[in-house]
Amino acid sequence: MNFPILSSLILLPIVGALFLFFTKDKEGNNLTAKYVALFTTVVNFLISIYLWISFDQSTSSFQFVEDRVWIEGFINYKVGVDGISILFIILTTFITPICIISVNNSVKNRLRDFLIAILIMESFMIGVFCALDLVVFYLFFEAGLIPMFLIIGIWGGERRVYSAFKFFLYTLLGSVLMLVAIISIYWITGTTDVVQLYEIGIDVKYQNLLWLAFFSSFAVKTPMWPVHTWLPDAHVEAPTAGSVLLAAILLKMAGYGFIRFSLGLFPVASEVFTPLIYTLSVIAIIFTSLIALMQEDMKKLIAYSSVAHMGFVTLGIFTLQQQGIEGSIIQMISHGLVSAALFLTVGVVYDRMHSRLISTYGGLVSVIPKYSILFMLFALASLGLPGTSGFIGEFLILMGAFKDNFLVAVIASIGVILGAAYMLWLYKRVIFGKLINKDLKTILDLNRSEYFILSCLAAPILFFGFYPDPLINTIEVSVTDLINMHNTNIASK
Amino acid sequence: MENLNLVLPEIFISLSIMFLLILGVFKKNSSKITFNLSLFTILITAIITINETFSVSRETLFNESVVIDSMSSLMKIITLIGGFLVLVISSSYLKTFKIYNIEYPVLILSSILGMMVMISSNDLIVFYMGLELQSLALYVLATYNRDQLKSSEAGLKYFVLSALSSGLLLYGCSLVYGFSGSTNFDIISNQLNSNEYVLTFGIVFILVGLAFKISAVPFHMWAPDVYEGSPTTVTLFFTIVPKIAALTVFIRFLYVPFLNLIDQWQMIIIFLSIASMVFGAVAAIGQTNIKRLIAYSSIGHIGYTLAGLATASNEGIQSSIIYISIYVVMNLALFSCLLMLRRKDQYYENIEDLSGLSKNHPLLSLCLLVILFSLAGIPPLAGFFAKFYVFKAVLEQSMFFLAIVGLLSTVVAAFYYLRIIKIIYFDKEKDKYDTDHSLWLKFSLTVSTILILLYFIFPSQLIEVVSRINII
Repeated sequence: MNFPILSSLILLPIVGALFLFFTKDKEGNNLTAKYVALFTTVVNFLISIYLWISFDQSTSSFQFVEDRVWIEGFINYKVGVDGISILFIILTTFITPICIISVNNSVKNRLRDFLIAILIMESFMIGVFCALDLVVFYLFFEAGLIPMFLIIGIWGGERRVYSAFKFFLYTLLGSVLMLVAIISIYWITGTTDVVQLYEIGIDVKYQNLLWLAFFSSFAVKTPMWPVHTWLPDAHVEAPTAGSVLLAAILLKMAGYGFIRFSLGLFPVASEVFTPLIYTLSVIAIIFTSLIALMQEDMKKLIAYSSVAHMGFVTLGIFTLQQQGIEGSIIQMISHGLVSAALFLTVGVVYDRMHSRLISTYGGLVSVIPKYSILFMLFALASLGLPGTSGFIGEFLILMGAFKDNFLVAVIASIGVILGAAYMLWLYKRVIFGKLINKDLKTILDLNRSEYFILSCLAAPILFFGFYPDPLINTIEVSVTDLINMHNTNIASK
Repeated sequence: MENLNLVLPEIFISLSIMFLLILGVFKKNSSKITFNLSLFTILITAIITINETFSVSRETLFNESVVIDSMSSLMKIITLIGGFLVLVISSSYLKTFKIYNIEYPVLILSSILGMMVMISSNDLIVFYMGLELQSLALYVLATYNRDQLKSSEAGLKYFVLSALSSGLLLYGCSLVYGFSGSTNFDIISNQLNSNEYVLTFGIVFILVGLAFKISAVPFHMWAPDVYEGSPTTVTLFFTIVPKIAALTVFIRFLYVPFLNLIDQWQMIIIFLSIASMVFGAVAAIGQTNIKRLIAYSSIGHIGYTLAGLATASNEGIQSSIIYISIYVVMNLALFSCLLMLRRKDQYYENIEDLSGLSKNHPLLSLCLLVILFSLAGIPPLAGFFAKFYVFKAVLEQSMFFLAIVGLLSTVVAAFYYLRIIKIIYFDKEKDKYDTDHSLWLKFSLTVSTILILLYFIFPSQLIEVVSRINII
């Protein structure tokens, strides 16, 4: 590998942020800063597309690997992608420019600082998805807390301080145990290099404890029931762009971590704890769907629906079936697109009415039809209607689950129905019905930039809904090999 | 004939102190000259230390009562750099309070001399001499702003409690001497074996005395009051420089004379470490004064350094030294920020005074943000690596309880650091502070912040320097 393409993906947003840092901050709509940030992220997106094109789909080994000595004899700075991680990188680089376009109305003060935070966040998130060393992974994983804390705290809503603290402390608490586990792995095996660890394997007697330590971190980040409570707060109080980043990408870090580390490094423990994951996932699916039904705040409803969707993801991962894991990955990508879109649609009306309560709205279809159509598309994608990407993911997950455990699959299927219920009910209350609130009569339909970003999100949702092959082709070999490796590990122990 | 070149730094600094005293007394209005000459002295001493002793692996002098090895030279250099930076950023603060006198640099120099003697000591008597020399200078420094009640109170408190701890220490030393028949560390090490349980008393007394000096829980009570009452620059001095010396002595005591008695002291150190980490984190939450908060946070940080010492391995010692070096940089940066909170000749030191700082002083707030996140141990800042090395060493010895308690207390500690960040970034702004700071203050803040921020790019250098230290 000649050109360090992954490092440049990580570094480019930081360079953009540095550039912004040295420009003068203007009050109000700082167009220069926005263009700089947009330019950086779009270039990053194009690089990642190039990465995808030149990616070799026929092998599961890591590609574009860069391996540099970082701390002599201890940690190497090692990054690389395989079929699983590359999609998340593209998701990240795709969502970030959309976030930046969307800040038009939601962020009033200190726009430049906000953009810097988003850019730094992007680089950390890309770092998480391509790190091939546990310590490097941990660094990126944790470092992301800083910009997100500031995004929620500075630009958030009324209870932003509480939410920012809750977000930060919850995730930090989960992660420190993972740090203990990482250092322990180093002392047990003598390396923190993931590729080498795949080959060496970790002694069975340590696996359970290590798995639990990783689980504590990923469960908080996913978030799984019962440690999901930070998510609704963080989502509700964060500015729209922050919610989008949080829902679309941050939550995926944990799902990715489960696949890459929990399954890959601790195969025996993963089998042992599958019932635990199943239970928690099923509770998350049913319980949070019921909670979502009762929400009066739109953002909160979507936040709870995220928890439910992530429940499907964890369920799918631990079915340890080809379909289940592929479904989980596609579900994560799809949820990244759909939840981002839903938060943006809520953001659109919030910017106009400054209310997130469902009861404020009603009858929107007669005043803003374009908005209503797009909202419908996203709501249907969220509940997993065939023809949208949400369907592919959920369907594959349930297929994997039926193979592995009939009961769990049946209960999870009920969750699908509940998902349809809260989403359609939300849509009905916001869009249909009588136009009671007089302020709504003068509400404006989507402006150009809003129309543009929502269409940008709608296109891949529909495209992958009808034609998921590009996604599946990319991940297939990697997932197959992951499962093969898992099965040989189990068989040998 | 002894090779006096090895103690040339100490000799040079003592001669300079005498010269500066005479100069200061006989020449009127000489405070500025004394200040500059002291800075010069420290610089020269540091250069001599690097030149003469840095390449020495281990040499002893004066009937083996003084030892020069890689640890002592490294710690001396850190001490000198710390002292230099403290002195250099003190002047504008002292001028504001009209205490810009010749005594200040001379006292700092003498306490540095005491610390250098401590660091090099290989004998109970030499060690005690150094300790008292630095303590006496520190008592006076604590009361340096003598017109202020709080400063006098701080000095008196420090004096009484520190004298008590010195007494305990001496008692411990005499017990150890009684059992081993020598004051020399190496001889003590050979004489002692783990069967003599009565000796435990001696060790405990010595450890208590030392724990007092580095303010480890439960011997920390003096720290918050003294830190709050002393002039800010002196507090800065307290939080970094004596800790380096005390830590070195701690390492020497544990790993030279008492190495065979590891079963007896390991539990004590683990207890001190856990108590300091937990207490430092919990007690800092309710503080409203930044200096008090720093006192508690430094108690917590001492807990982490002790965790490294508890491992009884070279890795652990090295990680502790890395920790204390990074801690020095972080504290220096934090105090530089604190010294910038000045409005019309008045310094502000309550957390509330930071409210909304980010609106009026974005750069200063950004520095504080980096420093505080680093103190909280969030990657990729230097503070994370400090903790990382310590816990790496701790986990090598399979001390899981210590590691997990330590890491959980970082979460608690993160809360109060976040609280400051919240006040800086999320709260309503107040009046602007003055921005005409001295160049040195800006310099030290910038350099230390950049070091903290970019440490992750070149983490190997520090490790390389420290890895030469092999005590066991």
